[in-house]
Amino acid sequence: MTDFAEIEQCIEALKHNPAAVPEPAEHVLALAEQILENWLFAHELKPTNEKREGFRLLALHRQGARNDPSFNACRDTCRELIYQINLYRLNEDRSKIVLSAMVAMHLLLFIRGKLESQELGEFCCSSKALRTQQSSH
Amino acid sequence: MSDTEKLRDDLKTVAYYPGCALEGSGHAYNRSTKSIGKKLGLKLVEIENWNCCGAMEVKNIDPEIQNFLSVRNMSIAKHRMGLDVVMAPCNGCYHNLKKAEHDVTHREETRKTLKKLSQKSGLPEYQAGDVETIHALDWIKHAIGEENIAKRVKKSLSGLKIANYYGCMYTRPRHIFPEKDQGNGSESTTKPHFMDDLLRAAGAEIIEFPLKTACCGGAHTLSDCDTSTRLVLNILQTAEACGADVIATECPTCHSGLEMHQIRAEETLNVKTRPVMLYFTQLLGLAFGISTRKLGIHENVSQSLRLLRNKGLA
Repeated sequence: MTDFAEIEQCIEALKHNPAAVPEPAEHVLALAEQILENWLFAHELKPTNEKREGFRLLALHRQGARNDPSFNACRDTCRELIYQINLYRLNEDRSKIVLSAMVAMHLLLFIRGKLESQELGEFCCSSKALRTQQSSH
Repeated sequence: MSDTEKLRDDLKTVAYYPGCALEGSGHAYNRSTKSIGKKLGLKLVEIENWNCCGAMEVKNIDPEIQNFLSVRNMSIAKHRMGLDVVMAPCNGCYHNLKKAEHDVTHREETRKTLKKLSQKSGLPEYQAGDVETIHALDWIKHAIGEENIAKRVKKSLSGLKIANYYGCMYTRPRHIFPEKDQGNGSESTTKPHFMDDLLRAAGAEIIEFPLKTACCGGAHTLSDCDTSTRLVLNILQTAEACGADVIATECPTCHSGLEMHQIRAEETLNVKTRPVMLYFTQLLGLAFGISTRKLGIHENVSQSLRLLRNKGLA
């Protein structure tokens, strides 16, 4: 498990100087994977090494979202990150690495917040009902 | 008219469900929505004696009560006012009405509960499909369309670089929006574009913005304010990195969240960001030559007048 503060530092460094990293796309993907791994470890799950659509990040997200619909709130963030990585791989435009790092930062803030406050995400777009058994109306 | 732009006459008059926020923090959104409707010849008939949609809180405590609160508004529009389309500009209201429609369509338990509650309240029972719920973006897109917007522009938004922020509830969860992701002409849940289409038609330069549907932590402003501030700051910094002057919004909760946490980030984290926030209805109104006062721009917390004057829009 990698400390969130450490991941955050790496993302900030990448945002400010993407040229300093030899393989920035792989680096930002690895950081994003570490964020999702932290979620899985916190829920006593062993992170998968499987891939979905060619990316481990998407498989990790799928694993984290199982039985927790509120986790789907970050599904689009994961897919957007991969979209930016794909754009970078097309023509090695470093600005896409900066954007992908900013998307990774969003993922980190959302998941760290959710781990700190169990209910973060419960009152939002992908929430689940706190009470599903209906009493009399 | 393009192949994908099929305009709908039935949207010329719609039931208007402003929701609570548009009478409070989102008042400027209410004013600008009504102003552009009037300018475009579209009629908004406010739902009589409407009530709260249940917002986020009721839904999580008792989803069926939330469904009833939403359905009550839809039922009044249909059975007491004879209107078939309900337009809700707030993402939260729009989401809840769509969710209620989904549950009425697919859940027997919901139908049973609503029947019981309707009988108790003396309200005609709502049936699936009685009304169609749309967002303000759908309304302008399908009643007026891009080509007609372009024709009505008096002050082009050209030179204004806009990042469109849709927030979360306009597209998620996708199963409650069956009309989206239906190919040409329909909205996308992963890459929404209606606001891009409309503002581009008014001359704006739409920039690629990777966090257009990202969570702003809006519902947790009170319970976890620091996380909300960091989430918003990241959205603002990303928009700035993309070159945006303006973040266009279409939800009162997102809009106030961006405005308030921009200030809070400056005060607590000492990080200043440049983009200003404007509702998409305010931007369209400016393009149609409506005054800033009628559009409620002075009501926004985010100070955009200097930028708008520099661009010749105010």
